[in-house]
Amino acid sequence: MPTTPRIIVVGGGLAGLAAVIKIAEAGGTVDLFSIVPVKRSHSVCAQGGINAAKDLKGEGDTVLKHFDDTVYGGDFLANQTPVKQMTAQGPAIIDLLDRMGVPFNRTPEGLLDFRRFGGTLYHRTAFAGATTGQQLLYALDEQVRRYESEGKVTKYEGWEFLSAVLDDNGATRGICAMDLRSMALRTFPADAAIICTGGIGAIFGKSTNSVVCTGSAQSALYQQGAFYANGEFIQVHPTAIPGEDKLRLMSESARGEGGRVWVPRSKDEKRVARSIPEQDRFYFLEEWYPKYGNLVPRDIATRAIHRIVYQEDLGIDGQPMVYLDLTHIDRATLNRKLEGILEIYEKFVGDDPRDVPMKIFPGMHYTMGGLWVDLHQQTNIPGLFAAGEADYSIHGANRLGANSLLSCIYGGFVAGPCAIEYAKSLAPQPGDGGHAAEIQRQREKNEALLTSTGTENPFKLWRELGETMTRHATIIRYNDGLAEADAKIVELQARSKNINLSDKSQWANTSFAFGRQLDNMLHLARVVVQGAAARDESRGAHYKPDFPERNDPDFLKTTKAAFVDGAPQLSYEDVDTQYIEPRARNYAATA
Amino acid sequence: MATTVQTPDTTHTPVVQSATAAQRSARTIKVEIKRQATPDAAARTEKFEIPYRPNMNITSLLGEIACDPVTSSGQATTPIAYDANCLEEICGSCAMLINGRARMACSALVDKLTGPKGEGTITLAPLSKFPVVRDLAVDRSVLFENLKAVKAWVPIDGTYDLGGGPRQFPQLQETLYPLSNCISCTICMEVCPQFNDSTNFVGAATIAQVKLFNNHPTGAVLKEERLRALAGDGGVQECGFAQNCVEACPKQLPLTEAISDVSRDVIVQQVKDFFTR
Repeated sequence: MPTTPRIIVVGGGLAGLAAVIKIAEAGGTVDLFSIVPVKRSHSVCAQGGINAAKDLKGEGDTVLKHFDDTVYGGDFLANQTPVKQMTAQGPAIIDLLDRMGVPFNRTPEGLLDFRRFGGTLYHRTAFAGATTGQQLLYALDEQVRRYESEGKVTKYEGWEFLSAVLDDNGATRGICAMDLRSMALRTFPADAAIICTGGIGAIFGKSTNSVVCTGSAQSALYQQGAFYANGEFIQVHPTAIPGEDKLRLMSESARGEGGRVWVPRSKDEKRVARSIPEQDRFYFLEEWYPKYGNLVPRDIATRAIHRIVYQEDLGIDGQPMVYLDLTHIDRATLNRKLEGILEIYEKFVGDDPRDVPMKIFPGMHYTMGGLWVDLHQQTNIPGLFAAGEADYSIHGANRLGANSLLSCIYGGFVAGPCAIEYAKSLAPQPGDGGHAAEIQRQREKNEALLTSTGTENPFKLWRELGETMTRHATIIRYNDGLAEADAKIVELQARSKNINLSDKSQWANTSFAFGRQLDNMLHLARVVVQGAAARDESRGAHYKPDFPERNDPDFLKTTKAAFVDGAPQLSYEDVDTQYIEPRARNYAATA
Repeated sequence: MATTVQTPDTTHTPVVQSATAAQRSARTIKVEIKRQATPDAAARTEKFEIPYRPNMNITSLLGEIACDPVTSSGQATTPIAYDANCLEEICGSCAMLINGRARMACSALVDKLTGPKGEGTITLAPLSKFPVVRDLAVDRSVLFENLKAVKAWVPIDGTYDLGGGPRQFPQLQETLYPLSNCISCTICMEVCPQFNDSTNFVGAATIAQVKLFNNHPTGAVLKEERLRALAGDGGVQECGFAQNCVEACPKQLPLTEAISDVSRDVIVQQVKDFFTR
């Protein structure tokens, strides 16, 4: 038995840092790997807030209502036990973040302030302006820096995870990673590894995700034998700012603070937005969903906007855009509660959303699916754990706003101690634990890419992938379109064998690293597309007009993709519904 | 319709994303980029002409070069190395010199950089006060080391459930929150005349974090240690009040105010230490 468990954490966003803190606190040592300095991880982009049923507004909110809202919001696809545990721990997690110094907004009495978010009728979302993810990430980053200065944590920033090192019994004995400056390959020994590498936005080309969110690590592990679960469940956020290089998120908190979504009632409307009188405006979410109004869950709002634009032909000036209007709210309130996101709009679009309604459209945002994990956040590969957006466990078919920050911290807090427990009873590794074989395998992959002399540019292949995925595998899905997408991915896989890197140097070579990521993205894209094709129903974010109803007898099941003969092989697993009986999900009801 | 389109067509179709030959002959954006293959290599400048599209920013311009890495004289070259992640000016990665000014590449819009007629040349160079890794990517780890030196954290007892934190009036939150918005981009250090090898000045970002944690009800327990860390060589007294930092900060942190406040506290601490230690 190792005296001090040595754990590797991959990814330095909220989930990874949460796991690191728990391990260091319990006396373990941690090697933390991240492509970017951890303070620049994608969690920094989260805006609106973090949910916990603290009930500080006298509304009678409870953790069980939070549990129910989350399961109902996820259209009953989430296993209920982890969701129940997460929502129960929510209030304590908020208290801890408060103690760490997160500058949450306050009430006049000095208590935490809470705002409303989608999919609930309660003020359940604690927030730090409109940059809550940034503030939470920094708080955890600071605690990890403290442990780093005490020698309990070693950071490997600027290193990219390539694969797990598995011994003859298939158990984790470390990882193989690449230094993104020297391009050197190295394996690192560990008793267990925790994968916290976030979402897979890059597979869709443009999304609200950061550049590093390629899903490359998850895909590499899926190719090594880990199950990838519910890959077809992709959240398209209703309100993003279309852009040249990415789709910038416009937080749900804009609606939580009273923002209203509308289009002109007439498609021939020529007046500027602010001069259009109330009776000529169509507040379609409020009319269609009177109880929740603008705060229906994201999949519902996204499809409503899609319908307005493509079926009702009511997009602004005939373009795929609708108004998100804050101009009826006074400037001081907007600045106090939403300044961070209003600045983003102002900087990137040029209009002041305090004066002019914003123009928005849905964009790929969140990965509900991910590495399959058990109740201990462990994948089917022994000693390999996963947490945060990279795992599939909490959000089912649709994530509620402000539940992601909570699920990341919760997942990290479970994975860290469970990894230590696992490590404590770990038998000594057979032979070299598989290190020599794994580094050789990765060396060959690198060599093949560097010496390939074809004609394809990896960045151009990636654009084609993104275009295909966005077209066929986001808001509305048809089986013929999904089949077309799958064929396209296979074509791109063939062409990617024919890459000619324009940079073959061995120093800070970004196209080389990208070539490695692209191969993994293509494999995972097939998991998304084939999972969607096989699921002939509509549930949460997965919507097929040809199968518009939820079909519990056939599909109240977790999709599990295994990598067999170079392609996904799907199987299904029953969902844990022991606490809440699945019921119809209907946000249009008024009662 | 059988397909879904997530962004306006003009930004979405592959035809537009990788411009056709016909479009290529139309309007272009001229860019000059200072490049350096390794930390020890000599710097050189390469010129590019990128097909124009509306609403481009510097990071999308660099993405275009990666797709077609050919200089304006038709020579094949390598994609530009640069740091970028969130592309919405919150992760702090993509700071560089754009037309000579230190700023974030993601929020630098091409239409505002090329002049009223769109004919101006855009120049890109790495930050000048940090070691170059390659091209526009520099090593800014000194800031993270500085944050360790001043213990920029709240020393909590543990992560187990100990109840809520100290009550704080909204006024305190409104003081601390702007300081907590620092994205560690190091632009304040780049533009500071005092941030150089001869002074070893820590720079404004670190001092602002000292103010943040010293004013937090629990963080204040380490206040004296932080002030002593800023009292010596390279500490807060190196500031020459050029005020470049506060003007250049992309997140509008009240940096000069923080430096004044921390300066005062450091002096008080030094006097106290003189009589008691």
